[in-house]
Amino acid sequence: MSAMTTFERSNTTLTPPPSRKRNSLAKGKMPKWALPAIGAGSIVLGAAASTLTGFSVATFAIYSAVLFLVIASVATTVVEGKRRGKNAMWTYLIYASFILALIPLASVLYTVLEKGLPGMNSHFLFTSMNGITGAVDNQTVAEGTPVLGGAYHALMGTLLITLWATLISVPVGMLTAIYLVEYGKNGPLARAITFFVDVMTGIPSIVAGLFAAAFFGLLLGPNSRMGIVAAVALSVLMIPTVVRSTEEMLKIVPNELREASYALGVRRWRTILKVVIPTAISGIASGVTLAIARVIGETAPILVTAGIASNINLNVFANWMSTLPTFIYYQIMTPTSPTNVDPSLQRAWAAALLLILMVMALNLIARLIAKIFAPKKGR
Amino acid sequence: MAKRIDVNDLNVYYSKFLAVEGVSINIEPKSVTAFIGPSGCGKSTFLRTLNRMHEVIPGGRVEGEVLLDGDDLYGPGVDPVTVRSQIGMVFQRPNPFPTMSIKDNVLAGVKLNGQKISKSDADALVEKSLRGANLWNEVKDRLDKPGSGLSGGQQQRLCIARTIAVKPDVILMDEPCSALDPISTLAIEDLINELKNDYTVVIVTHNMQQAARVSDKTAFFNIAGTGKPGKLIEFNDTAAIFSNPEQKATEDYVSGRFG
Repeated sequence: MSAMTTFERSNTTLTPPPSRKRNSLAKGKMPKWALPAIGAGSIVLGAAASTLTGFSVATFAIYSAVLFLVIASVATTVVEGKRRGKNAMWTYLIYASFILALIPLASVLYTVLEKGLPGMNSHFLFTSMNGITGAVDNQTVAEGTPVLGGAYHALMGTLLITLWATLISVPVGMLTAIYLVEYGKNGPLARAITFFVDVMTGIPSIVAGLFAAAFFGLLLGPNSRMGIVAAVALSVLMIPTVVRSTEEMLKIVPNELREASYALGVRRWRTILKVVIPTAISGIASGVTLAIARVIGETAPILVTAGIASNINLNVFANWMSTLPTFIYYQIMTPTSPTNVDPSLQRAWAAALLLILMVMALNLIARLIAKIFAPKKGR
Repeated sequence: MAKRIDVNDLNVYYSKFLAVEGVSINIEPKSVTAFIGPSGCGKSTFLRTLNRMHEVIPGGRVEGEVLLDGDDLYGPGVDPVTVRSQIGMVFQRPNPFPTMSIKDNVLAGVKLNGQKISKSDADALVEKSLRGANLWNEVKDRLDKPGSGLSGGQQQRLCIARTIAVKPDVILMDEPCSALDPISTLAIEDLINELKNDYTVVIVTHNMQQAARVSDKTAFFNIAGTGKPGKLIEFNDTAAIFSNPEQKATEDYVSGRFG
């Protein structure tokens, strides 16, 4: 083979190369139809194998995937060589794990959409559960009329409590991160703060709720449940996330920019305020948005701090409040009408859909913020 | 404008490590002084002590005195911010502020300090500084575009414009051309020649031809070995350093025998 190659090479230097010579650098290549064909074959074989053991979608998918993986890798090894075969195997494995990871997400979205959409109407969005008793639900089921009662109070509760939690944790978290990166460097205080922030990250949410409830219980006496207590509990969960993400963002601001600013005779705090933070703001803002998305779905700390309410309460400083997660929890666990649970289930699923939509919207907003604030590169 | 700098027996430390030892040097106003020497000999470190940028690095401190027209930069009660607004600095890598437009980059020294400036004054200052940095004709139509969209050489001249916009007395340059191509380097060198009409310029360079081209006086720094402090070996007129050095080490270095 090598002698042949040498001969061909020396030949080409003397005379023009023959028009249709086989490329000595190329190896075997799978024809284009091969992969779709293997795919189709695997599906057929997978269906057959699955039928043998009693057909189910799960086994069908698993058998087909495994068959495709094996056949395609072996075929590539035979036709294109060992290295290409390994490459094909790992590529298909990675695709398979990606699909596997997507299944729960798609399944959740599908279930919530299917069960939540029927209950998603203006009545659900703009009325509360005030005055909706078991008798009302029984009558709805008996007469087949649309379900009454909605989650407006819980929606407002979620928005208000999350807003207050954000108002508390963003300044605290950002200032902590600024201290850690710009002032503390690696001193003992900074190391201690980093350690406790790490510990805070691991606090179970119910413990944060109990802390806030106990703290306000000490200050204001027992049974002081209201929105702001829940906001404090959520901010205990948010602060470490905000600190961490802000810290990472501040760290990647190049030191050269700080030095450039100092060299212009700008003070340190002004440098931080006008150069460092604007450079990092896109990352900080999207980190904060993701931290909000993280706490908006908390249930346990809300139950022990803000209680549960069926009427609209827009004042976080007095009386109990509901949020969407606690609303869902109560509709499922203690249906309004114990004999006819369907209206409650419908309301719970609609609230779940609303919550998912809010979290999705927050994630999109985070991306948008990152894009809007990112340093521009135009010419 | 343009003040003189006199350094008396300056030792520069990183925490306990003595990086530069016993430097005494007199830099004349309205002149270009070049610092040359092998890598790690402390010339950049020494340059940063001239506007108190050295102490930005944790553990950085100095002993001795640096006089700006007779006033000690390291005297008690001296605010490093005041020092830095009178002694500007241009860095090795062009570092315009990525969040700001070309115009805002030039005005950075004024705006970041929170000083009020009228729009007409600001426009005049932008034009004057950019003209001073030989950049006006290239960017006058896109002053509101981000500074990071310029080429490397233009960015470096933008940084020089930003430095002269705060009207310093002295401009320090730390290898300003080492990240640039020959044509941009030429533009910066021409600019240095013009700057010395108004400012005292101190430049650190690795490029001996550059030192020979732009400077009036040259200081040669050297280091005895790793871990030893850098020292000022010889300071003289540039012509003398390159044609007739007094020290053997200087001759070896400028003739290319080492370094």
